Amino acid sequence: MSTDVKTRNKEAIEEVLAAYPEKSAKRRTKHLNVYESGNTECNVKSNIKSLPGVMTIRGCAYAGSYGVVWSPVKDMIHLSHGPVGCGHYARGGRRSYYVGTTGVDTFTTMHFTSDFQEKDIVFGGDKKLDKLIDELETLFPLSKGITVQSECPIGLIGDDIEAVSKKKAAQIGKPVVPNRCEGFRGVSQSLGHHIANDTIRDWVLDPAAGKHQDFESTPYDVTLLGDYNIGGDAWGSRIILEEMGLRVIAQWSGDGTLKEFELGSKAKLNLLHCYRSVNYITRHMEEKYGIPFYEFNFFGPTKIKESVREIAALFDESIQEKAEKAIAKYQPQWDAVIEKYRPRLEGKKVMLYVGGLRPRHTIGAFEDLGMEVIGTGYEFAHNDDYQRTTHEVKDSTLIYDDVTGFEFEKFVEKLKPDLVGSGVKEKYIFQKMGYPFRQMHSWDYSGPYHGPDGFAIFARDMDMAVNSPVWKMTKAPW
Amino acid sequence: MGALRQIAFYGKGGIGKSTTSQNTLAALAEMGQKILIVGCDPKADSTRLILHAKAQDTVLSLAAEAGSVEDLEIEDVLKFGYRDIKCAESGGPEPGVGCAGRGVITAINFLEENGAYEGMDYVSYDVLGDVVCGGFAMPIRENKAQEIYIVMSGEMMAMYAANNIAKGILKYANAGGVRLGGLVCNERQTDKELELAEALAKKLNTTLIHFVPRDNIVQHAELRRMTVLEYAPDSKQAEEYRQLAQKIHANAGKGTIPTPITMDELEDMLLEFGIIEAVDESIVGKAAVAA
Repeated sequence: MSTDVKTRNKEAIEEVLAAYPEKSAKRRTKHLNVYESGNTECNVKSNIKSLPGVMTIRGCAYAGSYGVVWSPVKDMIHLSHGPVGCGHYARGGRRSYYVGTTGVDTFTTMHFTSDFQEKDIVFGGDKKLDKLIDELETLFPLSKGITVQSECPIGLIGDDIEAVSKKKAAQIGKPVVPNRCEGFRGVSQSLGHHIANDTIRDWVLDPAAGKHQDFESTPYDVTLLGDYNIGGDAWGSRIILEEMGLRVIAQWSGDGTLKEFELGSKAKLNLLHCYRSVNYITRHMEEKYGIPFYEFNFFGPTKIKESVREIAALFDESIQEKAEKAIAKYQPQWDAVIEKYRPRLEGKKVMLYVGGLRPRHTIGAFEDLGMEVIGTGYEFAHNDDYQRTTHEVKDSTLIYDDVTGFEFEKFVEKLKPDLVGSGVKEKYIFQKMGYPFRQMHSWDYSGPYHGPDGFAIFARDMDMAVNSPVWKMTKAPW
Repeated sequence: MGALRQIAFYGKGGIGKSTTSQNTLAALAEMGQKILIVGCDPKADSTRLILHAKAQDTVLSLAAEAGSVEDLEIEDVLKFGYRDIKCAESGGPEPGVGCAGRGVITAINFLEENGAYEGMDYVSYDVLGDVVCGGFAMPIRENKAQEIYIVMSGEMMAMYAANNIAKGILKYANAGGVRLGGLVCNERQTDKELELAEALAKKLNTTLIHFVPRDNIVQHAELRRMTVLEYAPDSKQAEEYRQLAQKIHANAGKGTIPTPITMDELEDMLLEFGIIEAVDESIVGKAAVAA
């Protein structure tokens, strides 16, 4: 990019900072930067408390533990412990696809809550939780276990959910996993991922290490971690991994089961999609069970080929051969997609703001279509995520951590991208401003975008957004 | 009948808040005042001397039985005792579970919304121990108690608690109308107790409204679950409570904004009165063997 772009982006940062009170500007300036090529850091602060008064786009620890990590485990019942609202308004929003008979052997799209009332706050909810677990056992005997997901009040009144969980687990003979993921803890959903990783370790993975003795291992056993099967993404990954000759013994947690969590320690290699939300448990598995991990990226042909070949290189020649075969099989399909859509999308500029992975992982797919990501940022990334981002972004890219509603609007006004990719709270603001928009959390109820077949859907959807005739009917104010 | 006066008794646990408040309120009832006592303590023992009952049905226990507080009728929770004093107990969870503070908030809101205060001259809140959380500060918030009376003694921890309560009052005093009515010293026969209580009152920008001497007749009355006013109306101790009642009655609108002191200032004061001795800093934190 030219120095003009760099200057403009630096100006954009100066302009938003100028609108803040001095103290806020001082704090926000650390989260905003223009990337300089060659740097191994984005040089932004991250994982810090949001400023009061700004419209942060972040979620909470409960969202991280319940919404992200645990809720896709389909054959367990996830109990939103506390008043009804938290779970109800979050229900089904993540589009973690699964197969099974809902309400019989799978439960992901259902909402279970202890529905706290005033008297439960005053007198404590332990007895209610105990009773509720009995009721769940009666109503849904085919569930494989229960997780308890604490809403804020549980932490305030100090209910002993661990004691209840232990007691009930012994009574019903299934795991009951207490998660202290109260929303007021931590700075974002990121802490919830960590809490959930710890409960997976302490209440499921490690206790199950001696279980399933009849499991027959193969040298090609891998896990698929941190893929929540949004719109079917994990299935897309699994297809090509199996074509490579690998055996996916566990999906955590998209379309996943309790047994897959229990089998996790038997893998030869952990394959990570969302590094942020599973890195804690992955490192534990590396230390305790000696399982190495690899972070793959199956967005767009360039990244898919790179990842597939690097994964294959960790195995023998038979796998490498099959990997090449799989690539050869999909190459014409990918070429056709690029041939069709690249002319329509070439040179289009994109600004992203998503959670902890996609702000960097989708860049390759946009580039395969000739598009350019000119600004990107994360809700809840840590510094190691920003370090990884430097491998994907180009010189002069505007970087914004925990962007505020105000900053994001101003940046888009200044940079004038052809497409904004973010979440549902941002969607209508930018569309009303006249910018094409795609939801990059839920894929705008489309998908999968991940895996060999996902690229075609990704390309179609981006084209549909950018080149929709509706934009010709609006008059830009500038 | 004048405007409704709302007062509250705070103080360290075990200091004799409930005893002092019930005896004083019984004396106010003698003066013809219509009184409602709201017990804000999960132990629900703020009204036992008035009702001659061990523990009455509390707002929260009845609410839990009925399903929710909205299912309750005001008649269910109000009891009438000595000289028709109306009594209500908030109740709350057993120790170690739930949130007693939220219980106090729920109970007070219920009583207010359902007209328990109508036709009363006095509403008196009896609140447990220290101001430990927002729930127990409920009676000192806006539109609740106008004056807080802190029951204390010459013991260090009682004075420490009194100072803490003053901090709680100060927090709400500027925003709302709550004031510190005064200190009530419940004699423990510690050294220089009266002087110390007066000195603390001065530091806190208030007065020692009454010094209640120790008298075993209080215990005799308590064994019968009665106030001294009812058990021995002609006793000297009953007269003490009558005096306190009259002082409180005359104290309307005379409360002050407290000036709580630091822990160091409090210790200096105790030092000055010889209650504690100056600490030899060289021995602090050293075990017996080492020293």
